[in-house]
Amino acid sequence: MRVVADLDLCQAHQMCQGEAPDVFGFDAGADKVTLLQEHPDESVRPQVQAAVRYCPAMALSIEES
Amino acid sequence: MSEIPMVSFAVPDDGHGHLAEMRVDPIGLFHRVREECGDIGRFRLADRDVVLVSGAEANEQFFRAPDSTLDQAAAYPFMTPIFGKGVVFDASPEERQQMLKNQALRGDMMRGHAQTIEAEVRRMVATWGADDEQDDGQGGEIDLLDWFAELTIYTTSACLIGRPFREELDASFARHYHELERGTDAIAYVDPYADIESFHRRDAARERLVELVQAIIEKRLARGTVPREERDLLDVLISIEMSADHITGIFISMMFAGHHTSSGTAAWALIELMRHPEVMKDVVAELDELYAGRRGEGTVEVSFQALRSIPRLEAALKETLRLHPPLVILLRVVQEEVELAGHTIAPGTMVAASPRVSNRIGEDFPDPDRFDPGRYLDPRQEDLQNRWTWIPFGAGRHRCVGNAFAMMQLKAIFSVILRDYEFEPAQPLETYRDDTSKMVIQLEQPCRVRYRRRSR
Repeated sequence: MRVVADLDLCQAHQMCQGEAPDVFGFDAGADKVTLLQEHPDESVRPQVQAAVRYCPAMALSIEES
Repeated sequence: MSEIPMVSFAVPDDGHGHLAEMRVDPIGLFHRVREECGDIGRFRLADRDVVLVSGAEANEQFFRAPDSTLDQAAAYPFMTPIFGKGVVFDASPEERQQMLKNQALRGDMMRGHAQTIEAEVRRMVATWGADDEQDDGQGGEIDLLDWFAELTIYTTSACLIGRPFREELDASFARHYHELERGTDAIAYVDPYADIESFHRRDAARERLVELVQAIIEKRLARGTVPREERDLLDVLISIEMSADHITGIFISMMFAGHHTSSGTAAWALIELMRHPEVMKDVVAELDELYAGRRGEGTVEVSFQALRSIPRLEAALKETLRLHPPLVILLRVVQEEVELAGHTIAPGTMVAASPRVSNRIGEDFPDPDRFDPGRYLDPRQEDLQNRWTWIPFGAGRHRCVGNAFAMMQLKAIFSVILRDYEFEPAQPLETYRDDTSKMVIQLEQPCRVRYRRRSR
C-alpha cells in the first residue's frame, strides 16, 4: 500500500500520529503532517486505516499498489 | 455569467429574485438547481447572483479555492447583528477558526472535554424523575429541541469558555441564545436590520445576554482575583478591560458554530434511531458490550470510550449527518475571478455548495434518501469514497475544525442516555421535521419524546 497525505487539506490536528506513530510525523514549522513511511508494512494496515478514517480533515488516503 | 443556467421560480419573484423561496423552502430550491441545471446553476438572492455547484468535481474546485479568492464573512450578513454591530473582529473567520482549533480544540484537550461533556449529560439526566412534573415514576417526556439546545449550551460554554463561566448559566441563557439562532431570516440579504418580528426578538435576546454576562463580570470583580488554575477565558477578557458587549459578542461567535449544529444532530440521531428500531437495537447492544467491561477489569468510562471507536454508533451518526446536515448551504463571495465547472465567475458573485444536495447524490449514495448506516462499514465506506460530496462538515482546508469534537460529543451523549434509558416517540414519527424558514435550520416544535429508565 501507498499512504497519501494531501497537504493542501491537512489542518494539523495530529490525530494520525496517535493512530499510527510509526507512519505519520509532524512538521511544526509548516504546521503539517509528514510521512515517515510512504510504503509501510502490511502489519500496520489497521493503524493506518484508523488514521485515514479519523483524520478530521479527511486529508489521508491509502492507494493500493 | 449568462451562460450559467438560472433555476426556475417555484415562489413568484417579489423583486428580490429567489429570496421569497429561500424564506419558505430553501431545500426545495437547492435541489431544483441541481435537477434543472446540473453541476452548476444559479439563482438570484436580492441583488446578487448565487452560483450553486454540486457533484464531486465542481465541489472540489469550490472547496480547494484559496482564501484570497473567496470571502466567507461577507457571505453571511445575517451573522453581523448576532455577533454585534459594534464588535469589530481583528481576525477573519479563517483565522478565528484556526485560533479556536489551536486553543480549545487541541487534540490533547479532548480527554478533558469528554469528561466535561459526560458530566453535563449526567447532570441534565439527573433531573429526570426527580423534579420533572412530566415524570410519573415510569418515565417522562422531553422536547428534543429544548433539551438538546440547553445541554449543548452547557457543553460548548464549559469546553470553549471555561467551567466557572458555565456554572453561572441556567436555561435562560439557552433560551436567549435560541432567539439569536431564530433571528437568521434570509431577508438579511436585503437588510440585516429589517423591521421584522424575528429580528426584534434577536436584538432583544442579545441585550439580555449582555446583561447576563455583565452580571457575571460584576460578580467576578467583587470576588477579586483567584489563582491562575481557577481562571477561565472570561477572567482573561475582563483583565484586558473589554466591555460586556464585546465579550458577549466573542462568546456568541465562539459558541455559534458548535451549538445548533451539535444540538440538531443529536436530536435527529435520536429520531432516526426511533424510526429504525433494528439500528437502535444494534447500537444499544454495541454500547452495552463496550461499557460492560472485560472480566477482571473495571468498567469502561464514557469519557475514555467516546474518544475511541464505536463503529455502529458512529455509522448511525454519520448517516444522520448525511441526511440532516445542520448547514444546508455553504456560501462565499468571489474576491478574484474563479473557475468553477468550466465557467469563469466574476468578483462580487456569491458561490455556494450545498451539503443537503451533495449528500443525496444518487450516483455516490445509492438509494440516497434511505437511512442506511451500513454505508460506512467496510468495504463501502461511502464517506471516505466520496470526500467531495459527503460534506456534512464541508470539505477542504476549511472543513469544520470542530468535527472531531462534535463526533466525540455525540458519542458521549448517546453512550450516557442509551445505556440507562429507552426512548419512544410521543408523536407520529413522520411529524418530526425541520423548520426551514431561517438560515439556521432547527427542529419544528412540538418534537416530543418519551423516556423510560431501562430495566437491566
